[in-house]
Amino acid sequence: MNWPRPTRISHRTWHVWQRNYSVYKQNWKISFIPPLLEPLFYILAFGLGLAVMIGDIELGGRTVAYTTFIAPALVAVAIMQNAFFETTFNSFVRMYYQKTFDALLTTPLNLEEVILGEMLWAATKSLIATVLMTIVLTGFGLISYPGALLLLPLALLGGLFFAALGMVCTALVPGIEMFNLPIFLGITPMFLFSGTFFPLANLPNWAQQVAWWLPLTHLVALVRAGTLQMLDASLWLSVLYLALTTAFLVPLAIALMVRRIVR
Amino acid sequence: MAILKVDNLCKHYGRLAAVDGISFAVQRGECFGLLGPNGAGKTTTIRMLYGYTPRDAGSLNLFDLDIDRDLRAIKRRIGICQQEDSLDPDLSVRQNLVGFARYFDIKKSEAEDRADELLRFFALENRARDNIRILSGGLKRRLMLARALVNSPDLLILDEPTTGLDPQSRQLLWDKLAELKSQGLTTLLTTHYMEEAERLCDRLVIVDHGHILIEGKPKALVRQQIGHSVLEITEPDAAVRDFLAAEHCRVEDLGQRLLVQLDDGDDLFLRLTREVRAEGCTLRPATLEDLFLKLTGRELRE
Repeated sequence: MNWPRPTRISHRTWHVWQRNYSVYKQNWKISFIPPLLEPLFYILAFGLGLAVMIGDIELGGRTVAYTTFIAPALVAVAIMQNAFFETTFNSFVRMYYQKTFDALLTTPLNLEEVILGEMLWAATKSLIATVLMTIVLTGFGLISYPGALLLLPLALLGGLFFAALGMVCTALVPGIEMFNLPIFLGITPMFLFSGTFFPLANLPNWAQQVAWWLPLTHLVALVRAGTLQMLDASLWLSVLYLALTTAFLVPLAIALMVRRIVR
Repeated sequence: MAILKVDNLCKHYGRLAAVDGISFAVQRGECFGLLGPNGAGKTTTIRMLYGYTPRDAGSLNLFDLDIDRDLRAIKRRIGICQQEDSLDPDLSVRQNLVGFARYFDIKKSEAEDRADELLRFFALENRARDNIRILSGGLKRRLMLARALVNSPDLLILDEPTTGLDPQSRQLLWDKLAELKSQGLTTLLTTHYMEEAERLCDRLVIVDHGHILIEGKPKALVRQQIGHSVLEITEPDAAVRDFLAAEHCRVEDLGQRLLVQLDDGDDLFLRLTREVRAEGCTLRPATLEDLFLKLTGRELRE
């Protein structure tokens, strides 16, 4: 397997991004609905239904309402899902069914740029979802400023991480129905066990240690630290975790896709 | 001047030699045909020309540029119409052209002018806003071809441009390709339709199993290798066979059918029909298809 050379990447990467953006723009009215409605549903279900039974939560010496506790987790989950679903199902359709990549490769673009452009676009989708959700959650008074501004770079970093993770899956799956496997074994457990809907401290010790290695755990911790404005030095470890794994996964995804497509 | 020089090109997949030492050159302004049955190595050759498939051996020069050193500069100057439909179903007809121009760093206003020009040329202007998904096969092919021209290429590469089209669409595409050629566009074409090659190609090669079997001008090749005309005889009896044996003709025996390759004149045909049998005997001009089948055999592929 050949690792991508940075010299192969040019400004043309953005043309791939632009292609996806122009399609997205056409359907923006539909594309905007999930990130606007999803937090609404969760806040209603958990805020009206569940929060009453749970009451408040003790967090870092502060008492926060349960709805305030889960609001940032919803954003982190959206960052994960938007990027991951874009580079799995959507990229796979473009690669395999629509032959979009084949068409792009007849132009001055190379495959490394195509794959990187796809991942950058997926991260952008995470960013768009984050902005929309943050607006809704701000309306409910669940987000504090200026800490919430941290969500923008976090959406890009987390988005790129999960975009690369999804692209690795796309490079490896034989067919589109096989995406159920990484979703069932990876995305769903992360959705539940990354400190999203309950503090990790509630888990037994061994499970906490496993959960610490989940990427979403770190993204949730960082997003929550932003929206609740509870920043401390330990968060640098989470930043480091996501930055290093992203720096590894992005070139890995490109290399695996090159291995898959180039024949 | 050679626009494209292919020298000893090779590509192996495991033990299969898909392309096994192919060499040819395409001159400026000509239409060059790459003919061969399915699986002959045509598409693999084409894919190596634009760096999609890495080659195992050989050298490739386009516009006097080496493909390893100047792939981007080369790709900027070629237009490729792939065999499979790769139009963008998320975009309209016109957007497919304008969007594609962006990959060549063509300015938006320029791209829009070029797109409108191409839509007119391919009689697609009434469909400009249509969704790709509702287009027929023939319209999609026209749009694929238009898209391959969006960067005003110096070399157009067509991989089986009319496979699966109805006769009307095929005729229209042939007319358009002839028109482009008269404007001086250099074209490399793969096909397994002999009529297409005879009509469009100035020169061609016939490839099979990754090798070039023959190279030349279509008419001259047919004349040389087959002759002037072909006499077809269905359900030949002993009398017909004896007659032909006495005449020492080149006969291809297909069991139920005999093909007799003839040079100038219809003397033999007249004698056969007068003296032996007229029924089931047809004299027709020799075609590229006769040559193709002679060289690549008659057994089914795939």
